[in-house]
Amino acid sequence: MESQMENLNQNQMDALKEMGNIGAGNAITALSQLLGKRISMKVPVVKMVEFKHMAEFLGGPEQLIAGVLVQISGDINGIMMFLVKKECARELINTLMTEFSHDYAQRDEAESFTELENSALQEIGNILTSSYLGSLANLINKRVIPSTPMLSMDMANAILSVPAIEFGKDADCALLIESLFDSDIYSVSGYFLLVPDDTSLNIILTCLGAK
Amino acid sequence: MENVIIVGMADLNATRSPGILTTIGLGSCVGIALYDIKLKIAGLAHIMLPDSTQIQNNSNAAKFADTATIRLIYQMQRLGANKANLRAKLAGGAQMFAFTSQNDNLRIGDRNVEATIKFLSQSNIPVIAKDTGSNYGRTVTLYAEDGRFLIKTIGHGSKTL
Repeated sequence: MESQMENLNQNQMDALKEMGNIGAGNAITALSQLLGKRISMKVPVVKMVEFKHMAEFLGGPEQLIAGVLVQISGDINGIMMFLVKKECARELINTLMTEFSHDYAQRDEAESFTELENSALQEIGNILTSSYLGSLANLINKRVIPSTPMLSMDMANAILSVPAIEFGKDADCALLIESLFDSDIYSVSGYFLLVPDDTSLNIILTCLGAK
Repeated sequence: MENVIIVGMADLNATRSPGILTTIGLGSCVGIALYDIKLKIAGLAHIMLPDSTQIQNNSNAAKFADTATIRLIYQMQRLGANKANLRAKLAGGAQMFAFTSQNDNLRIGDRNVEATIKFLSQSNIPVIAKDTGSNYGRTVTLYAEDGRFLIKTIGHGSKTL
């Protein structure tokens, strides 16, 4: 069986890209409010990527990355992930921790993360993915409920195997949204990965008027 | 490194000594290493799911424990391997995220390992070593020269099976 994820027409791709733009824009706005800093975002690059090639965008299959995963339920079922390279995760943590704790000493990117830093990163992932999904829910006027976020730091391939397996039954690719964001102090590239199941993709496309 | 063949996700390959097979970043997937202990022929598969018969989108044999096992044995036999000489070593099957959910799919790592052991035993191939489960990724390398199976991780050390 061919999955529809692999057989989208141009019109449908455009609709999903636009949805990706809006979602990422909302997510970055929320992050900017959290950090109390102006963050500018480049227009996100949205593409359909096969799971086996996805790690290349994140620095290669063995690159150490941080992945925050939320499961989506409600009218839409699937997985959403926020992925960053470890050094970018370090930038985000330093910014957040400095904002909220005046005696926080910024740490070097080579050091491993403390438990507190891990939960800070998990919270960043939570804010980004839930504001993304919130705007998706508004756009298609459906219920979209994110689970509590889960964090894992490991090789890119190992982390990406989770959505790849979960949806390997239906599709071998997913919508990858690359958003580069900058503030006056740092530049970070983060990736959103949206993997709705086949039925949910259908619902999304119908609601976007691209069916 | 020379003679290194990279096996991707849902992929498999086989080689004679002194060839080397590697697969990078096994998460919940399982790396099945088969080795002909007499003729020094090695085979490695990177499977993603336990059972092809449960799934409609099953055209890629290397993706599933059942079909990958059969295909890998066949490919090794074409290089001259004798099924009776084959021994298996396994790695992977981790749970990368601490899911709290009810969803059975999410303990897929365990299910992949269980299924792989079952299908290998149906083919009468003994599993002589494994490094499976837990919550971290593994990169594995199989040396056709002597059948050693090297496992590398980030932050959890490395070992040779």
